[in-house]
Amino acid sequence: MAIRFDKLGVVIAAIAGYAAFFAPFATFRANRIVPGEGRFILDALPAVGGPLLLALIIAAIFVALLKTPLAWRLVASVAVLIALALAIGVAGSFLTPPNNTFARISPASGFWLLIFAFTLLLADVLTRLELSPFVRIGILLVAAVAVGALLASGSWDSLSILKEYANRAGSFWAEARKHVALALGSLVAAVVVGLPIGILCHRVEVLRAGVLNVLNIIQTIPSIALFGMLIGPLGWLALHVPGAAALGIRGIGTAPAFVALFLYSLLPVVANTVVGLAGVPKAANEAARGMGMTDRQRLFGVEFPLAFPVILTGIRIVLVQNIGLATIAALIGGGGFGVFVFQGVGQTAMDLVLLGAVPTVSLAFAAAIVLDAVIELTATSRRREAVA
Amino acid sequence: MKLVLPAALRVVLLVLLVAFIVNPGWFEPLFKPLTENNAPAIYNQGSLLSLTLQHLGTVAVATIAAIIVAIGLAILVTRPFGAEFLPLSRSLVNIGQTFPPVAVLALAVPAVGFGEKPTLIALFLYGLLPIFENALTGLTTLPANVVEAARGAGMTNGQKLLRVELPLSLPVILAGIRLSVVISLATATIGSTVAAKTLGEVIIAGLISNNLAFVVQGGLIVAGLAVFIYDGLMALERVAARRMGQAVR
Repeated sequence: MAIRFDKLGVVIAAIAGYAAFFAPFATFRANRIVPGEGRFILDALPAVGGPLLLALIIAAIFVALLKTPLAWRLVASVAVLIALALAIGVAGSFLTPPNNTFARISPASGFWLLIFAFTLLLADVLTRLELSPFVRIGILLVAAVAVGALLASGSWDSLSILKEYANRAGSFWAEARKHVALALGSLVAAVVVGLPIGILCHRVEVLRAGVLNVLNIIQTIPSIALFGMLIGPLGWLALHVPGAAALGIRGIGTAPAFVALFLYSLLPVVANTVVGLAGVPKAANEAARGMGMTDRQRLFGVEFPLAFPVILTGIRIVLVQNIGLATIAALIGGGGFGVFVFQGVGQTAMDLVLLGAVPTVSLAFAAAIVLDAVIELTATSRRREAVA
Repeated sequence: MKLVLPAALRVVLLVLLVAFIVNPGWFEPLFKPLTENNAPAIYNQGSLLSLTLQHLGTVAVATIAAIIVAIGLAILVTRPFGAEFLPLSRSLVNIGQTFPPVAVLALAVPAVGFGEKPTLIALFLYGLLPIFENALTGLTTLPANVVEAARGAGMTNGQKLLRVELPLSLPVILAGIRLSVVISLATATIGSTVAAKTLGEVIIAGLISNNLAFVVQGGLIVAGLAVFIYDGLMALERVAARRMGQAVR
């Protein structure tokens, strides 16, 4: 009988095989900004560790390559990912010369490619399992706790990204708070303002095209320009309107960033409210009217609940987009993780870029998973009510 | 979502935009009030025209590469041979779009250095997703009876793809390209933080020297370009949809 290969497995095997044998696993640099030298798995890990990790990777490659049951593939991908997470920490302390605080060890292309290959495998398994929303949130929590535990255990402390963190622990959390406050605050503001505008646009057809056009055009203004343009008007407000400065309105800093994110958020919220309300079945509206509901009762009792999943989709778009865009706020002194990204770009210190980029991507990713799950839950519960 | 501008207004705006890019000096009085301390009102560290052309060039190269790869991949995963990749590619598109453009840009720098290259990579990767997503939607939601009829008419798989499936999904694919181009136009400005020659230079020069006039003119040019390209591609989609006998949106 001929052996059947899994096509995705072939791709994963090719990436992982190259990464494990031909790409450096970790980079060693004598100090923070000099170019690094690559270290392969066997050189980067203590005597037993290297061969052990390689053996595990090869075994997992075979599981991916052959047509194996989903459970095997799940175990293989999770096992390799955990092993890689532990190994890079070990490599960090193994490669750092004793009593040397200048040397920097960071994950190199081989590590990242291995992570990519086996995340691909894991993503494929999870997609095929068609997990329920609660399970997906559960897995996210477990992954977050696992990463948190690794961070707390100190096994990654010798890696350069955490050395950058150690130098900036205080400002890191301050920027993190600013980042989340910017992304969430502007979202809340956009929902509070956008929902009524959406309802109004739904009711008054004349307004619809005009309002959506204006919001569309705002979206096309590049973010750094919009942030910059708001410096002027807000600076003027701070100077000329009594009390404005006391409220924290200033030309540069958080205020223009907040307003810009708010403006960007309006379109998805308003547009999805309009689309959601337009999609409410006529029969439902007629029935509600027949029961003698007032316009207001109809809005809150019928239209709004039915349109809710679509509106929530708009909110998901906004939240993920805002978490990403908030990084730009750093350019105008608004703070957030972008501070580290742009400082890192300026100093060509890539660990610093990662210190800003990794939390941003993780936040956006977590927000997407949670909101997707919530959207699915509301959509299915509506359907169940409709059937019942 | 439609962007409706009266035709006459459109022409006037287009003429103004082109005139501004070619000879920004004419508009100096308009921008003068935005400056302080006699700062220059019009960007003076390079020609707006060449920056605009470089900006458009960068976006065009990245978008064309993204179109080729995205449509190629979408065709691959919708054939029986690549069907195994379909569920995974759907989730990858979802995951990929949560990556902020700035992060993609900054992370590309260590791999390829400063300049145009990281910008091209970020624009390519980021532009890939909407096109791929729409191409997938287009190719997987074709009316079954049409595809059956093509098979019944004795078409080979290749003929079916080129004469039936791709033309029918063209409007949806074009919508993806439009989305991708508009995102890329705005994202390219961020490329200037890693030393790419784009209109972002004008904006960043304004932010650094606290010159609002620079920020506004850089932003307006990019926004203007985006609106017109959006408009033009929208028109193209309507033509494609009409030719396929689909309802004109």
